[in-house]
Amino acid sequence: MNVALAETDLTWRHVGTIDDIPRQGARCVKNAEMTIAVFRTSDDRVFALEDKCPHKAGPLSNGIVHGGCVTCPLHNWVISLEDGTAQGADEGATASFPVRLEGRDIYLNLSA
Amino acid sequence: MTKQRLVIIGNGMAPGRMLEHLFETSTDYDVTIFNAEPRVNYDRIMLSPVLSGEKTYEDIIIHGDAWYEDHGITLHRGEKVTHIDREAKTVTSEGGITAPYDKLVIATGSNPFIIPCPGHDLPGVLAYRDLNDVDGMLAAAEKGGRAVVIGGGLLGLEAAAGLKMRGMDVTVLHLMPTLMERQLDPAAGYLLQKELEARGIDIRCGANTKAIHGKDAVEAIELDDGTMIDATLVVMAVGIRPNVAVAQEAGLTVNRGIVADASLRTSDPDIFTVGECAEVDGRVYGLVAPLYQMARVAASHLCGTCDKEFMHSETPTKLKVTGVNLYSVGEFGDGPGMEDVVLRDAAKGTYRRVILRDNKVIGAVLYGDTADGAWYNEMLKSGQDVSEMRETLIFGQNYQGGGAVNPLAAVANLADDAEICGCNGICKGDIVNAITAKGLTSLGDVRAHTKASASCGTCTGLVENLMALTLGDAMSKAPEGMCGCTTLGHGDVRRLIKAKGLKSIPAIMQELEWTTAEGCAKCRPALNYYLVADWPGEYKDDQQSRFINERVHANIQKDGTYSVVPRMFGGMTTPDELRAIADVADKYDIPSVKVTGGQRIDLLGVKKEDLIPVWADLNKAGMISGAAYSKGLRTVKTCVGTDWCRFGTQDSTGLGIKLEKYLWGSWAPAKLKLAVTGCPRNCAEATCKDIGVICVDSGYEIVYGGAAGLHIQGTTMLGKVATEEEVIETIGALTQYYRETGFYLERIYKWADRIGYDHIRDVIFDDLDARKAFADRFAYSQTFAQIDPWAERVAGAESHEFKPMAVLDAALEAAE
Ligand code: SRM
Ligand SMILES: Cc1cc2nc3c(=O)[nH]c(=O)nc-3n(C[C@H](O)[C@H](O)[C@H](O)COP(=O)(O)OP(=O)(O)OC[C@H]3O[C@@H](n4cnc5c(N)ncnc54)[C@H](O)[C@@H]3O)c2cc1C
Ligand code: SF4
Ligand code: FES
Repeated sequence: MNVALAETDLTWRHVGTIDDIPRQGARCVKNAEMTIAVFRTSDDRVFALEDKCPHKAGPLSNGIVHGGCVTCPLHNWVISLEDGTAQGADEGATASFPVRLEGRDIYLNLSA
Repeated sequence: MTKQRLVIIGNGMAPGRMLEHLFETSTDYDVTIFNAEPRVNYDRIMLSPVLSGEKTYEDIIIHGDAWYEDHGITLHRGEKVTHIDREAKTVTSEGGITAPYDKLVIATGSNPFIIPCPGHDLPGVLAYRDLNDVDGMLAAAEKGGRAVVIGGGLLGLEAAAGLKMRGMDVTVLHLMPTLMERQLDPAAGYLLQKELEARGIDIRCGANTKAIHGKDAVEAIELDDGTMIDATLVVMAVGIRPNVAVAQEAGLTVNRGIVADASLRTSDPDIFTVGECAEVDGRVYGLVAPLYQMARVAASHLCGTCDKEFMHSETPTKLKVTGVNLYSVGEFGDGPGMEDVVLRDAAKGTYRRVILRDNKVIGAVLYGDTADGAWYNEMLKSGQDVSEMRETLIFGQNYQGGGAVNPLAAVANLADDAEICGCNGICKGDIVNAITAKGLTSLGDVRAHTKASASCGTCTGLVENLMALTLGDAMSKAPEGMCGCTTLGHGDVRRLIKAKGLKSIPAIMQELEWTTAEGCAKCRPALNYYLVADWPGEYKDDQQSRFINERVHANIQKDGTYSVVPRMFGGMTTPDELRAIADVADKYDIPSVKVTGGQRIDLLGVKKEDLIPVWADLNKAGMISGAAYSKGLRTVKTCVGTDWCRFGTQDSTGLGIKLEKYLWGSWAPAKLKLAVTGCPRNCAEATCKDIGVICVDSGYEIVYGGAAGLHIQGTTMLGKVATEEEVIETIGALTQYYRETGFYLERIYKWADRIGYDHIRDVIFDDLDARKAFADRFAYSQTFAQIDPWAERVAGAESHEFKPMAVLDAALEAAE
């Protein structure tokens, strides 16, 4: 029991509320290994990607968010918020993480 | 009726064009394409601009995904066909997909030739044929070091120039004594070599590669004579071989290429071939013009009109290296009865040579000034007797019959069958007819209907001149949709925002029928600017539609840190300001402090989290954002003027400061840079700025439309005024007119070229009332714009940009 509880605690971490992020914007969450960009779309869906473009590690949290994608600020790759893959002709993917929205609270699962 | 099945092997430029012709006349086919490359059809000849960074892959896609869908085409990407069963009439791919055909087209293009020297298979040795090669080169360029390009022909030199622009050291090895010896004579080859060497490319002719050395990847290249050259990348561009493997295996007749008749039919009547893999009449081809001709012919035989036959013709060569102009066509070796006419201008570095036989042009080589290429080619094709103009032939078309030296007159003089677009074989008459018959008014429409200038693009200028000639004022100069989300151009969008009173981005997208829900990273910043400029005080700037630099008021760097440039009005500073800058650099461990080309100081490598405290300290010392990141006012450079200089005629420094104080904070379609110089010696470089002021004894000359970035151009005179007040009013009016009518990202020189210098002078210089009205509107808009964005953010605005939302690690948290 204990073990299971501890595990849930560790896997789903509360990182803030949806109101902390502007619509069509992003905020960063940091842990010891990396920075995670948490995006909010215009229709209030929330996605989490490692804040590192598959091209040259550009900070995706700084990009322009549009239609379920973010355009990287460094060289304009377009990355899907859903699964982190590069769109169009570009190839590559950045890590994406499950997000749970409970009311306005955002939980991330970074162990997946 | 069930449709016939058409299968195509290869998805390159030739079959892509063939399908376009086919769909114009026939819908009788179900089309299946196999492409070894995992992508749609793109413009292979534009890979060099992608390599150099002048274009992106998106820019060069010919048929996007939607095109295949619209035409019901099945495209197997990344599926190489390995077998054709002519009995069963099927093809099978490496991945095991089999497709039956009624008609088959083989369009496998060419394979680059790889010199089989030792080490040729080491990682870091690339050919230059497709996007993967370009990606490989870009990855290598990222790491830096030296690239060695083997082959000094068209491809090799384009690769070399591109890699140089990407910051690599570049050596070109060429076996022959001069560059591009197949297209250029030695004199032009020498000029080309000098030009490329002046750009820092190391060129070695007569160099024969012996081996490539390296343990796990390329490290060096060894020449016959023992010379060793260090290399981190080797690009082989030494020629191509028609790709005939599948055809050969299927037992079709194959010579150098897949043998086809003048209707592009192979030895099997149900199998056609087009492109570089095809051989007609003993010839194979490596440039798109004849391949497009093949595409047209094959389409006519597939759809049953059968009204076209393939005929050989000479294709001119042009090198797509920005700033290098060369043109060659036809023959230029030594032969019986051949006569040369040569013109050299050593000072200008130009060279031209026309080769005649029996008083007919049979070849031409132009270097430096290539405007007459089309004219010589026209004479070559028509086989016209030129004895009448022997004396002046070499001077070009403008010297014939006293024609004016004017580009419009030059196209007016061309005959109807003069070829304008070499790639697509489109003549002047075709274009003029299409414009008049179909009512085309934009370059995009002309491209779509005639294909002229739609390939390598070097004839775009000619096509535009022809449009100007045919249409006069009816020519629409802003043809293309502003991005993939709309078919409306910038001009339409700006007009409709005003006409319909649209005041938000969602309102524009709704009313103007955007095809995407939220636009894209191209249109959103443009729309945001238009709204900021059109509705001052009413529209609330949409931060989420601004590029990161304008959101955080600093320039993002390649490692995700930022640079901070405080304003120094007119380039003047004080010991206190300098001390404050030095203090923040120390306090926040800022790695670089640099004097910019804009007469101020750049702090580079500031961490995002430190931006707010850095600004707070700079604000305290009285400094505000220099907007070094903005599409808006950047700098006003000045020289010392009457304050100190023995030649100064007016207080150029003081006027520069006044101008910068008046203009700072304003947003514009693109960046806006000014300079005020104290006399015509021009130490502040006013004559290459967006707007410049040249002080003279009797007053101030206002000039504008200069450029000294990607493009270099001197300014044009707007007019002369007597007082500083008039300077300020006129520049406010000019800026406002540009703000109201410019297209997003259009620098002032492009705007003025588009709407006309005379027109601008009429509106904001000669008409004093209009000048004042524009200047007033500018001043009004400035009341909302002149708020220091740094101070706003220090006070708490947009704080979410600068702080992480959560820190999940206890140790990290303590550190933050
Ligand atoms: C810092 C500076 C170079 C320097 O170390 O001196 C600089 C740095 C950059 N320039 Fe520049 N330019 C700088 C003076 C210039 C000048 C010289 C001048 O202003 O007198 C020019 C040529 C004049 C002109 O603009 O016509 C210049 C022409 C460009 C261009 C080409 C613009 C064009 O339309 O042709 C670009 C690319 C662009 O804007 O798309 C560019 C872009 C850039 C960017 C923003 C590239 C980028 O997107 O990251 C660089 C930002 C570096 C940074 O983070 O600070 N920079 N750049 C200069 C800052 C001046 C300032 O104080 O604000
Ligand atoms: C960098 C560069 C610059 C150039 N510049 C110019 C220029 O300025 N002007 C000019 O006129 N020409 C230029 N060219 C040449 C021009 O691009 C070619 O002549 C033209 O693209 C050839 O068209 P194609 O359809 O025959 O073959 P390609 O465009 O090469 O297409 C062949 C396609 O078939 C695929 N394929 C091959 N075998 C199979 C198989 N078995 N199964 C399935 N698919 C297969 C290949 O992957 C390839 O995608 C340039 C070429 C390059 C590489
Ligand atoms: S500062 Fe300007 S010239 Fe220098 S690398 Fe950057 S964009 Fe190019
Ligand atoms: S780093 Fe993201 S596009 Fe280059």
